[in-house]
Amino acid sequence: MDTLIELSHIKKTFGKLQVLKDISCHFESGNIVSVLGPNASGKTTMIKSILGMVIPDEGDIRFRGTRVNNTFDYKKYIGYMPQIGHYPDNMKIGQLFDMMLDIRNCNKIPDTDLIEAYRLKSMYHKPMRTLSGGTRQKVSAALAFMFNPDVLILDEPTAGLDPFATEILKQKILAEKANNRLVIITSHILSESEELADTVMYLYEGKIKFYEPLAALQMETGEQRLGKILTRLLTEEHV
Amino acid sequence: MFKIAKYIILDIIRSKVLIAYTLLLATICTVIFLSDSDVIKGLVSITTIVMIIVPLVSIIYATTYYFNAAEFTELLVSQPIKRRDILLGEYLGISSSILGAFVLGVCLPVALFALSATGITLMVAGGLVTLSFTSLAFWASTKTRDKSKGIGLALMIWFYAAIIYDALVLLFLFTFSDYPLEKAMIVLTALNPVDLARIMILLKLDISALMGYTGALYRQFFGSGTGIAFSVSMLFIWSVLPVLLALKIFSKKDL
Repeated sequence: MDTLIELSHIKKTFGKLQVLKDISCHFESGNIVSVLGPNASGKTTMIKSILGMVIPDEGDIRFRGTRVNNTFDYKKYIGYMPQIGHYPDNMKIGQLFDMMLDIRNCNKIPDTDLIEAYRLKSMYHKPMRTLSGGTRQKVSAALAFMFNPDVLILDEPTAGLDPFATEILKQKILAEKANNRLVIITSHILSESEELADTVMYLYEGKIKFYEPLAALQMETGEQRLGKILTRLLTEEHV
Repeated sequence: MFKIAKYIILDIIRSKVLIAYTLLLATICTVIFLSDSDVIKGLVSITTIVMIIVPLVSIIYATTYYFNAAEFTELLVSQPIKRRDILLGEYLGISSSILGAFVLGVCLPVALFALSATGITLMVAGGLVTLSFTSLAFWASTKTRDKSKGIGLALMIWFYAAIIYDALVLLFLFTFSDYPLEKAMIVLTALNPVDLARIMILLKLDISALMGYTGALYRQFFGSGTGIAFSVSMLFIWSVLPVLLALKIFSKKDL
């Protein structure tokens, strides 16, 4: 287990609102990290900072030990699945995949597992604008996994997916973990995090409330279900 | 960068808006040339129309496209590509598509009906105006956060350049009519790409006498080789500077 991503003292303000308040943590390979937290707790901002889409006001982002703020090369080791995928309207699914392959200049054989599992090949001729939300989500997922990245960052991956598609995605995530990859997932569906995650990070108002292995949390609280663990840990503080 | 431009062009070609724009320009030009046997008069009419429509369509289309492609830009930023290359690629793609529409819609009819020095000046000026306003569109888009504000700013820029500016210049002339304003007027013209282009064409048409005293002044300055070189290079700056500013904003922008 090597440390792949390290955040140190990340701060970010949007206008007057401080979204990230001094976040420091690291993420290791062979691990599935579930990032939880209420709306507006800074989950997406943290993810976007890692991807260089949001530029933090302060703090370092390191990838395999090198500082990567404002660089782009490290992104070839990252696969990202956005919350809502929007693609050029007139482009067809097949063209989108070809374009991404072309832009990324990838010489490795692309991972087409999800394309096959979701039967996207039969829809290659469909323009993106005609696709349903779920299908777009499938396309986003397929794109994220396509380049055999060392790190997968999935922002609410199962929102909008049907149960079968969700199951396929979960299996894929577990398979990637077995390949010693790091998977970072944000989700509001606790049962899902429980099923997949090794480690749980809870963000609250821009701070890390806790970041611990699921097993340790279960030990600590004596509860098995993640929902109950969260209620325990979070209400205790307020009492 | 070129790959991104290529895919954006491929995307735009498939949309109907730009085709409609091309057809509109081509129809206007052809109708004007066919209805009037005087080619020079035709060129004047085309100039008047082109200097209103071309900036408007360029700036609004580019702004709208930029905002519609915002999520796509986001996707590209998450890929191993320099931010600089993403924005430049988008500018290259969008501007060359709009320029292509201008070439087909205006340059082609002009070349067929009125190929002359004036015709070529119209082509060059129109092309540069297209580039300037696409460039300004990028500045407006990166400067603002959401689509409605972006389009609002773009419209304001167009409104300023195409309409308000002339009124401001007139006001300025009246207020300071006791002073020699020759140099100041030339500087003022340079502040508006539409004016630069319009004056370039009108001077080539040799009807600058119609523009009175300032016309004679412009003739003296712009009519000469240096004048043309000055206005072309000013228009060139208008096509480059806003994009450079946009690049600067974009490199620090949160998506």
